[in-house]
Amino acid sequence: MAPSYENLPMEDDEFDESQIDFTDLEEQYQVRLDEGLDAFVVIDGLPVVPEDSKAKLIKFVLRKLNSVGKVKDDGVFMPLGDDGKTEGYAFVEYNAPSEAIAAVKQLHGTPLDKRHTMAVNKLTDIDRYGREGRIDEEYHEPHIESFQQTDHLRSWLGDPEGRDQMVMFRGEKVGVFWNNKEEAPEAVVDRENWTESFVQWSPQGTFLTSMHAQGVQLWGGKAWSRQKRFAHPGVNLVDFSPTEKYITTWSHRPLQVDENHPVPSLSLEEDGKNYIIWDIATGKPLRSFTTLDVPSTTDAEGNPVKKKMQWPTFKWSSDDKFVARMIQGQSISIYELPRMNLLDKQAIKIEGVMDFEWAPATPKREGIKTYEQLFCYWTPELGSNPAKVGLMTVPTKEIVRTRNLFNVSDAKLHWQSDAAYVCVKVDRHSKSKKSLATNLEIFRIKEKGVPIEVVDSLKDTVINFAWEPHGNRFVLITTGEIPAQSAVPPKTSVSFFAPEKIKGGAVGNFRHVRTIEKKNSNAIYWSPKGRFVVVATLQSQQSFDLDFWDLSFDKPKEESEKGEKELNANLQLMDTVEHYGVTDIEWDPSGRYVATVASAFRHRMENGYHMYDFRGSLLREEHIDHFKQLIWRPRPPTLLTKEEQAEIRKNLRNYSKIFEEQDLAKKNTANKAVVDARRRMLQEWLAWRESMRQMLEEEGAEIELNAGRVKQDTDDEVEEVEEIVEEIIEETEEVIG
Amino acid sequence: MRPILLSGHERALTQVKYNPDGDIIFSVSKDHVVCAWFSHNGERLGTYHGHQGALWTVDVDPTSSLLATGGADNTMRLWEVKTGKLLKTWEFATSIKRVEFSSDGKLLLGVTEKRSGHLSTIVVYEINPDPAAEQTDEQALRIVCDESKATVAGFSYLSHYIISGHEDGSVSQWDAKTGELLFSTQVHEDDMQITDLQWAPDRTYFITASKDKTAKLVAADSLDVLKSYPTDTPLNSAAITPVKDYVILGGGQAAMDVTTTSARQGKFEARFYHKIFMEEIGRVRGHFGPLNYVAVHPQGLGYCSGGEDGYVRVHHFDKPYFDFMYEVEREQAQAQANL
Repeated sequence: MAPSYENLPMEDDEFDESQIDFTDLEEQYQVRLDEGLDAFVVIDGLPVVPEDSKAKLIKFVLRKLNSVGKVKDDGVFMPLGDDGKTEGYAFVEYNAPSEAIAAVKQLHGTPLDKRHTMAVNKLTDIDRYGREGRIDEEYHEPHIESFQQTDHLRSWLGDPEGRDQMVMFRGEKVGVFWNNKEEAPEAVVDRENWTESFVQWSPQGTFLTSMHAQGVQLWGGKAWSRQKRFAHPGVNLVDFSPTEKYITTWSHRPLQVDENHPVPSLSLEEDGKNYIIWDIATGKPLRSFTTLDVPSTTDAEGNPVKKKMQWPTFKWSSDDKFVARMIQGQSISIYELPRMNLLDKQAIKIEGVMDFEWAPATPKREGIKTYEQLFCYWTPELGSNPAKVGLMTVPTKEIVRTRNLFNVSDAKLHWQSDAAYVCVKVDRHSKSKKSLATNLEIFRIKEKGVPIEVVDSLKDTVINFAWEPHGNRFVLITTGEIPAQSAVPPKTSVSFFAPEKIKGGAVGNFRHVRTIEKKNSNAIYWSPKGRFVVVATLQSQQSFDLDFWDLSFDKPKEESEKGEKELNANLQLMDTVEHYGVTDIEWDPSGRYVATVASAFRHRMENGYHMYDFRGSLLREEHIDHFKQLIWRPRPPTLLTKEEQAEIRKNLRNYSKIFEEQDLAKKNTANKAVVDARRRMLQEWLAWRESMRQMLEEEGAEIELNAGRVKQDTDDEVEEVEEIVEEIIEETEEVIG
Repeated sequence: MRPILLSGHERALTQVKYNPDGDIIFSVSKDHVVCAWFSHNGERLGTYHGHQGALWTVDVDPTSSLLATGGADNTMRLWEVKTGKLLKTWEFATSIKRVEFSSDGKLLLGVTEKRSGHLSTIVVYEINPDPAAEQTDEQALRIVCDESKATVAGFSYLSHYIISGHEDGSVSQWDAKTGELLFSTQVHEDDMQITDLQWAPDRTYFITASKDKTAKLVAADSLDVLKSYPTDTPLNSAAITPVKDYVILGGGQAAMDVTTTSARQGKFEARFYHKIFMEEIGRVRGHFGPLNYVAVHPQGLGYCSGGEDGYVRVHHFDKPYFDFMYEVEREQAQAQANL
């Protein structure tokens, strides 16, 4: 029973404080006083030498010790044993405590020769941890926890109706819901203050990430219990590796880990670091890094340009085998997992490197049998050297293809999701540097020799570009020159591109399909399954339209255009809708639904979400004050083989019949429930009204029964007024006679 | 049908009322003037001059011969509708927030504001329906609201009770003969002011509107909440439609916050809910300020709304409004017809 006020012990008054044993607390909260011994270190593992060799040994050791700080004069004390030989250890005093810490950090475990390895510890630590009684003399078998069955982390995929889940963050509440189309989403779990800043799914939907001042927590399973915890005080951002093996956490504040600020599972190693890469399975940090300062550049007027931090800074290869970070302008460091060692012990020098991107899937180049990962990078013009785009393989670090480019002001790298193409969007300035135009340099990775196709028919700057997932079509948005200090953003054009159809099923050259001009659109959202795309206007004050396009529309045969070379696309605008204040657009992982969100993170106007189907018909809208996030739970890649998928596609008609029946049945029962509820309400109401009417009648309330109108007394003696209306239509006077 | 815009007032409307026949609309505004309008075409019939301050409230008696008004000049006045003659002025220590005739027109009630040491009161006068007669100065009843100030009040069926809505979101039931407090209950959220209270035609139930963004349908004798209509904006007014089972709610963001947001966000719409099923049926846009009052034609032929924007919008219902029926209502109607 919990102690309550009533059953508190009464003899509190005679309580003798000196009787309490505080030793456990004293031990736990022991404050380390400055003992003046902080500058001392103890070195163990030294060779045992006779007295006359001692001076030589000290000299030898001092050379090592002085590499990290300055040892005090006569600061080395090496005691002699009874046999006149050294004991194999020494006490060393540095000039400052910081040097002693540095010595422990850097010299501990340094080999002296083949047989001797130096152990360097702080004197105070020896006292603290090695004191008598602190170390058990006897060996105890470590206790191994018995296996405990945990929740299946992917149980949500077994939904009989194949629905998708989404997380919604509104106000202080975070909830996971089943999407029920037109109906209100069904809550799976809903918790107050689940996160402090935002929520995020892991890339395959296994974990829900919550952010806290102390670190990051992962949640999952049917019971939504905590799966893992990563202590990283002041964490700002997290990033998962593609297969959910590792997680990167970042804080803008360097970590502070020392004796006075212990952080669970972090060691002195992590002190002063900003990034930590963790192993999700064990919950242990693998390696930590500090933030690198991006070299500051100046704009045309000499003002320093504040560069945005690139996130994720550590980019993962598609199979989690490598993670890389770029030092802008200099090199790319690639680390191998799970050991997190620098590949070949050195960073890859690429002078001037501006950006790089890993292939989002393991590439399959023609004629290449060995394992490889690819990344694409670009360097700007340096002196007389042209700008360059390169493709490099890992781990062989071989450059597969490069291309020289001229007059480049900026470049962006866009991989297609199967790593079949990479499109380099190159913004080129004219010689006078006054006007900009964009070229697309498309590398066809899967074809022999990686041929490059150039699309240079664009006259304007491309502000957005997106490949069709698992496809070979793309959409881009161009805009004219942006007039300086103009309040109105310039009009944009949306262009669709598709490859020509050529014999043998190969992918032909990319051709322009259609351009829609005078739009405001600035964002492209492809369905994760391809074919459908939403082109939207986000972050705008005036327009909020969303266009739903179908790129493989089944046109009746006779309408298909003749003459032109046939393209692998048939464009059709399915619907245009508007969602006031839309800030985010999210396709569900199955490509069936689109959720659009007006998030309170960006503005406070009409926060909430809309739910559309892939054709753009509105299924549901909800306004929720302080609505912040709606994110679909991602799904892991399908386990079905290509053949099985094709089989399903073939029999789609049969399946859809069943689904339609199910939908209809569900709708009917739902409708029936609503109608029944209404009927009940109506009957209740009519019964109540009848009781009121009787009550009024009994009380003789005439006026009330007449619905408020006063009965006129004159009602019984009706007065009939006869009115004769004479109308003269025409009057003529004639004189007779 | 296109709404008729009555643009005779120079400042925000505070209350609009139909006379029992529904042919005249009376409107009061902060510009000190009472206006009377023909409801069918929006033509102005006349004005009633005399008040020295903003007007808060107006009511007309069941025979359309007497008009009562109250305002910030601390007076409650009685006018002859036909001639515009001021018949009587009652003076008070604070302003009059609400006036209302009983259903037989023999009693007139006024709600006074709480200010500078004066508690909010509900006063009742006996009225002589003859315009030529002298009106009494003697209060038939005086109820002091010392708990929370009354903001709105009205007579129930048979003038059995006086029902008052309060600043703290509660509703009180008083004996209309003795002034004794019979019952009080928290209908709306705590400290969310009740902004309006309008009666069903037979005065056995009423609707309250509140700043807590909901309107509630309440039974007059038990004070049971029969129905609740949640919205997404603070409400200033709510009305019950005769003929069809609807309620009309009006409101919008508080006037003081309006300048900081767009008109779209202000939610200055009249909202129609089904009275029994509590489902929203539709909205009528038009005002560019909050709706301060909505009034329904006594025969259910139309409604009008007075806005902070200084306009009265008069709407006549079209045929689809009367034809619209839920499936279960249609069943019910069919069953009635077959009897």
